[in-house]
Amino acid sequence: MSTFSYFPHTEDDIKEMLQRIGVSSLDDLYADVPAEFIFKGQYDLPDAMSEQQIREHFAALDSRNTKLKIFAGAGAYDHYTPSVVPYLAARSEFSTAYTPYQAEISQGTLRYIFEYQSMICELTGMEISNASMYDGPTAAAEAMFMAMACTKKKTRVLLSDTLLPNVRRVVETYAGFHGVQLGNIAQKDGQTSLEALKAELAAGDVAGIIVPAVNRFGIVEDFTGFAEAVHEAKAIVVEYCDPSVLAVIKTPGDWGFDVAVGDGQPLGLPLNFGGPYVGFMACSKEHVRKLPGRIVGQTEDKEGRRCFVLTLQAREQHIRREKATSNICSNESLMALYVTIYLSLMGPEGLHKVNSLSSCGAHYLHDELLATGKFEEVFDKPYVKEFVLKPLVPVEKLQQALLDAGYFGALATDEGYVSFCVTEKRTKAEIDGLAAVVKGL
Amino acid sequence: MSKIIEGLKYSETHEWVKVEGNIAVIGVSDYAQKEMGDITYVDMPDVDDEVTREEEFGALESVKASSDLVCPVSGVVVEKNEALEDAPELINQDPYENWIIKVEMSDASELDSLLDAAGYASLIGE
Amino acid sequence: MKYYDKLIFELSKKGRTGFSLPENEFCASRNGGVKPAGCLCNALPENLRRSSALRLPEVGEVDVVRHYTNLSQMNFGVDTGFYPLGSCTMKYNPKINEEVASMPGLAALHPLQPESTVQGALEVYYNMEKALAAITGMSNFTFNPCAGAHGELTGLMIMRQYHILRGDLKRTKVIVPDSAHGTNPASAAVCGLEVVVVKSNADGLVDVADLKPLLGDDIAGIMMTNPNTLGLFEREIAEIAKLVHECGGLLYYDGANMNPLLGVVRPGDMGFDIMHLNLHKTFSTPHGGGGPGSGPVGVAARLEQCLPCPRVIRKEDGTFTVLHGSEESAGYVSGFMGNFGIILRAYAYILSLGHQNLLLAGKFATMSANYIKESLKDCYKLPIPSICKHEFVFDGLINDGAHDDVPGATTLDVAKRLLDFGFHAPTIYFPLLFHQTIMIEPTETESKETIDAFIEVMRKIAAEAAEDPMILKAAPHNAPISRPDETRAARQPILKYWDA
Repeated sequence: MSTFSYFPHTEDDIKEMLQRIGVSSLDDLYADVPAEFIFKGQYDLPDAMSEQQIREHFAALDSRNTKLKIFAGAGAYDHYTPSVVPYLAARSEFSTAYTPYQAEISQGTLRYIFEYQSMICELTGMEISNASMYDGPTAAAEAMFMAMACTKKKTRVLLSDTLLPNVRRVVETYAGFHGVQLGNIAQKDGQTSLEALKAELAAGDVAGIIVPAVNRFGIVEDFTGFAEAVHEAKAIVVEYCDPSVLAVIKTPGDWGFDVAVGDGQPLGLPLNFGGPYVGFMACSKEHVRKLPGRIVGQTEDKEGRRCFVLTLQAREQHIRREKATSNICSNESLMALYVTIYLSLMGPEGLHKVNSLSSCGAHYLHDELLATGKFEEVFDKPYVKEFVLKPLVPVEKLQQALLDAGYFGALATDEGYVSFCVTEKRTKAEIDGLAAVVKGL
Repeated sequence: MSKIIEGLKYSETHEWVKVEGNIAVIGVSDYAQKEMGDITYVDMPDVDDEVTREEEFGALESVKASSDLVCPVSGVVVEKNEALEDAPELINQDPYENWIIKVEMSDASELDSLLDAAGYASLIGE
Repeated sequence: MKYYDKLIFELSKKGRTGFSLPENEFCASRNGGVKPAGCLCNALPENLRRSSALRLPEVGEVDVVRHYTNLSQMNFGVDTGFYPLGSCTMKYNPKINEEVASMPGLAALHPLQPESTVQGALEVYYNMEKALAAITGMSNFTFNPCAGAHGELTGLMIMRQYHILRGDLKRTKVIVPDSAHGTNPASAAVCGLEVVVVKSNADGLVDVADLKPLLGDDIAGIMMTNPNTLGLFEREIAEIAKLVHECGGLLYYDGANMNPLLGVVRPGDMGFDIMHLNLHKTFSTPHGGGGPGSGPVGVAARLEQCLPCPRVIRKEDGTFTVLHGSEESAGYVSGFMGNFGIILRAYAYILSLGHQNLLLAGKFATMSANYIKESLKDCYKLPIPSICKHEFVFDGLINDGAHDDVPGATTLDVAKRLLDFGFHAPTIYFPLLFHQTIMIEPTETESKETIDAFIEVMRKIAAEAAEDPMILKAAPHNAPISRPDETRAARQPILKYWDA
């Protein structure tokens, strides 16, 4: 009846199965569906393809993309993925499993999530991490709800003006439909302004604020005085972080903040044209009951052996329904495994080295670009791998020239600046090449 | 058989009330704790929070369930049983000894609509 | 499967490394002894530098490979064996999908690259939109949502946006059947909608008489799963659609149960205005131990303007472009365009199905479910005997073996005993309409031999229960661990390595 390799049924199988059911044809299985709804037309799909045809089809699609040297960040970073990471994560015992509801035969998944939670806590300096969220921007939106849940009867959440635009607009969308009022904390010299924050807090009704560790200009922000001011107003601080950079900069825990969120993509995940990535979310103990998503905990089996289970589930949507803080069920578990394996390989030294290489390359590019005379410095603030400059040539001309030479960089900001990002994957020769293109403009 | 104590007032949602002057001491019945099984967390309001009759004031959690706590009287929370924060199992051990909150009542006449021990026994079929 | 008791932190030894990074071309030794500007000690002022130790494991590459290989061997996946988890559609995950999704060119694309350099990737989005529209009868799709629940939330945002654009601001309630997935009411609440529950009738279907009085000018719409979570087709859907539309509401289709309708029925034809699909259920992409998934949302033509952004459209010259925000759009629901890697896999699956094989997918899934139901109904209580779709529910054992002081075997015990025989357990205790629910979904990719083996084991377990329920209560006997103490895990949470 079918020669499709994913359908194993022979004609005899079908006959025997239908017989036991007591119907005479496959169509009879849909006798309860009103006839008007049985689709009688031709499905507008291509002919079924063989494996070879599928491979060729994808090769053709791929040939219509251009491979570029990536000098851009803005929320997606071209860090190196060690070959061990996708190799292990592709093991089908991991990838073809469902959520670990049957703990007895899911210890592999549960253990790596426990390791992942431990590593996220270590990077962020927070006490408790969940098992992952969809991506950084949605994790930020969930953190906004958390702020509302942690501080009863308040209606406002403040967003720093320096948050990445793709984070801000997701938070705005969620806030708009849920009915959270958003306020803005203005920036001064490329950094979230403490004065502006204090003025907003004084206006009252603030449940929480969201500020970036590394902001949309690439600047590492200084949060001296932030935690005190916000806690004084009985609100919470959420920090949006690049987890790779957290290896070398002051952590949300160090700053005394309440919640840390961000995207795990810089930790070994391929760029993948935007996904799948993995959101992370961690908080202080005090707020654990309001932390959304799955959490894995350690316990013992009947023989007293150490084992792991999904725990604190009574917070979640399948039990709490409309009273849950969040509706999340599926998360990005396999991408959390990517992160866990990546961090195991890198260790503290490797991660430090990634930052050091990126920072050296970025600062070198920054100085080379200024030396071309085609840019002006905008901010004199600390940065690691990403920075902005003010171009003295038309942005489009600059971008096109880079593109023609095989480079992707000079992303424009709203203010008319352009941003560049350098990771450990970029060589000195590539940076010199890019600078030479600029020089020739 | 679930234990029911004479002299307490009961709600149809399985909370009990012990009246001490203008203060209502509130907990859950033995029947309720048995239905829940091993209690893993007690979500309680804070002192000074207002509570309203027939509205939720917290929740009991077990591994696989969450059950709202419904307030039998209106008023202001004057005390919560902090021992339950670290040892929610106390409710399983003795649900009548281990109260959850104390409320200063704003309308003591609300007590009249609650069940007595016999009424509650017939409600749960015992 | 064997028990393996290490955590990666326990393999750590100071000074051991597992990374391979290039030399620093900018370092002091190459810079005449001067530390470069980018040296972290120059780049970061001291008060911004990390001061606390970073306790990540220090392990070698071989340690990492063995550790995660050992962990994987304590896991059960679709590739290990039959996984009849109801509502989760655990069909086979084809390997060609994995291969094409990891093609280096596709995996290396930056999400903000100029359109002219990603025409192939944009074409995937365009082709997928056309294919899903053909399969579901909807007009347009967004691929921004990363999972089913995310799709639900996005769909509800679209629903609200539609009413808001029409100035119809009173519609703040959404109707959800009592048999719905728990995510439905949770998604509604996140979207700022109030949930109104409609009851099921004795046949397990939405009770139209109970629905009627709920309808009014404050109803934004209804969320339905069809077939519902009991695996039953909502036969009155035409009447329900008519009533909801007459009151000005919209119909939302929860695509979690789309599998039996593949190639047979299109939600768009049943009157649904908005729907989501779970590519990780219906379209064969792996579940990944709980994600990543992908939850594209489809809409009827009149709702297209409300779709979130960014979206891919085809220009008149045949090239593809990305559409950004507009006044009408519901907004942005994820960081970039969606889980591209998952969409590639689902696209490969659709190409392998073609229009020919599509016609059989849903029917085979339905056949397998009914076959199991008919083969076990003399051992397990079947509360609703009618023809089911891709899944069905039992309400526990007919004879649970309870006698004297010995308690009977429960659904949990049956589930745990199944693990001993090399099968994953079905979904248990959901939906909540029964006390001992066992929800079985076999999918179309399982052979009659596999299904017969499962049936035989389920019968054996029923016989064991009647004889001695304690065998079931002590199960599993040959999994890597026995039953974990979940109460202890919740009462004294140990949530990271250093808590223990």
